[in-house]
Amino acid sequence: MNHRTNSYAGLLLIAGILVITPFFLPNSYYLDLAIRMVINAIIVLGLNLLIGYAGQISLGHAGFVGLGAFASAALPHHLGWPPLLAMFIGAAGTGLLAAAVAGPILRLKGHYLAMATLGLGIIINIVLRNESQYTGGPDGMPVMPLTVFGFEVSGDQTWYWIVATLLCISIWASLNLIDSPFGRALRALHGSEIAAQVAGVKVERYKAVIFVMSAVFASLMGSITAHHIGFITPSISDFPHSIELLTMVVVGGVASVYGSVVGAVLLTALPQALANFEGWETVAYGCILVSCMIFVPKGVVPTIANRFKKGH
Amino acid sequence: MLATFLQFVISGLTVGAVYALVALGFTLVYNASHVINFAQGEFVMLGGMLAALFIHSGTPPALAVVLAILIPALVGILMEKVAIEPIKGADTITLIIVTLGVSLIVRGIVQVALGKGTHTIPPFSGNEPIRILGATLPTQSLWVFGGTAVAVLLLWYFFSKTISGKAMLATAYNQVASQLTGINTNWVLMMSFALAAAIGAIGGVLVTPITMTSFDAGIMLGLKGFVAAVLGGMGSGPGAVVGGLLVGLIEATAAGYISSAYKDAIPFILILFILFFMPNGLLGKKATDRI
Repeated sequence: MNHRTNSYAGLLLIAGILVITPFFLPNSYYLDLAIRMVINAIIVLGLNLLIGYAGQISLGHAGFVGLGAFASAALPHHLGWPPLLAMFIGAAGTGLLAAAVAGPILRLKGHYLAMATLGLGIIINIVLRNESQYTGGPDGMPVMPLTVFGFEVSGDQTWYWIVATLLCISIWASLNLIDSPFGRALRALHGSEIAAQVAGVKVERYKAVIFVMSAVFASLMGSITAHHIGFITPSISDFPHSIELLTMVVVGGVASVYGSVVGAVLLTALPQALANFEGWETVAYGCILVSCMIFVPKGVVPTIANRFKKGH
Repeated sequence: MLATFLQFVISGLTVGAVYALVALGFTLVYNASHVINFAQGEFVMLGGMLAALFIHSGTPPALAVVLAILIPALVGILMEKVAIEPIKGADTITLIIVTLGVSLIVRGIVQVALGKGTHTIPPFSGNEPIRILGATLPTQSLWVFGGTAVAVLLLWYFFSKTISGKAMLATAYNQVASQLTGINTNWVLMMSFALAAAIGAIGGVLVTPITMTSFDAGIMLGLKGFVAAVLGGMGSGPGAVVGGLLVGLIEATAAGYISSAYKDAIPFILILFILFFMPNGLLGKKATDRI
């Protein structure tokens, strides 16, 4: 679909930007913002594979982010598990949950699929808010620092290089996946499920695999967010956060790997940029969403790529 | 025992009636345009908030109620003209994000203009509840039932007896064919948003004396109304009403007997089960896929 916008040259460009960025950031506030952008970019990459390539909408992805975050917060705190183990158990648990519901949920289409994923996300959010003996309730709970083989990961500098490396690996993996037989099968089923099925694509299984994968991405990044911030509240799993993630996909460009990154960067920066509007930030955010959908419905990256192509 | 049960039924049917109105709003817009209007809940909030604003500023109650319904209807028309018409026929995801954007704008403006506080209006006919078999029935609940019934009857009359209503039904059935017979489908689209906003606002005005309202009350109301619409089978008018009442009843009884902390989760657990076992809702048509 956006084959031209999904070349490996972009990966080099992004890696270059990631390497030089820290040297241009005036203070730790911006480094913290950069870390959040990169974390969101990785979640959105996974979500975009699901939406753009498998053609399945998810209005509850923040639920998976929340599960990962609270696995990393609660398991070490209550059971004394090592944080790294908690992170992987969280990801595995989220993956299992996604796999368990994938069958019935992904059979649904259009607004029914939207409803089911939305419902799943909201249920996870309500559970996290209500089970206060484990999660601290609406006020949230502190998260222990991440220790890897005895070394404690701390400081924004360290976190930045970790998430930057993870982003490059994720982009590389996504590009490879899209160009593999698996990716082509996904695109086929996005075009027409029945045609894909007739051509021998195991539609159900492919959709389920990508759903589980994107859920695991989200969970791992939830864990990393939790360790980076050091404190976590259930609002990380709420409906508005799910919508934020979905918006990043659409503003950046559905089915565009680099669009995911650009969408995540733009929409993570936006609330910061609007913070001076005193009360009007919600209105401004809404106006920007609506105008984006009216004027660049295909997303920023594919639109620019098309312009560029026409210019030649 | 019976009294408690009856109490749950009363409160369940009261909020259920409001969910039914929200679900009808979803249905109207969905039939006219295949848009799932996530701003639907905001019209309920807007109705309640405006009624509170006008009544507390000394407007005669009857006029306040009329204004609290008319203004959201105008907002609905504005929304359709500015945000929906320019992108007619876009992807489901694009349309969903646009309606979410509009809901943020409405919520944000209300928050700035009227503050973050909780608002309420006095019940329409006093605070003295009626006692039935040990349970109390607030008179305002009767207003909610009556108001919902009147709104549903008016909608039924509009769609089955008037030319405009039939034009809207025809458009829902086949847009191109309707256009060919001379129906102004843009007008239909605009009307559906105006009607959806107005009946949402009616729900908001009616229920505010019982539940109170605030700038963020529209989110959950909208989502539960969506559950009700899907439960009844998206696109079915009677389904929306049945779905709304059922969601209200099940929510109230489950909250009462099982867990009140999980009250807000119950409609969503319910809808997941329904979708897993009856993917087309209770009264919906079987979906067919065009290849």
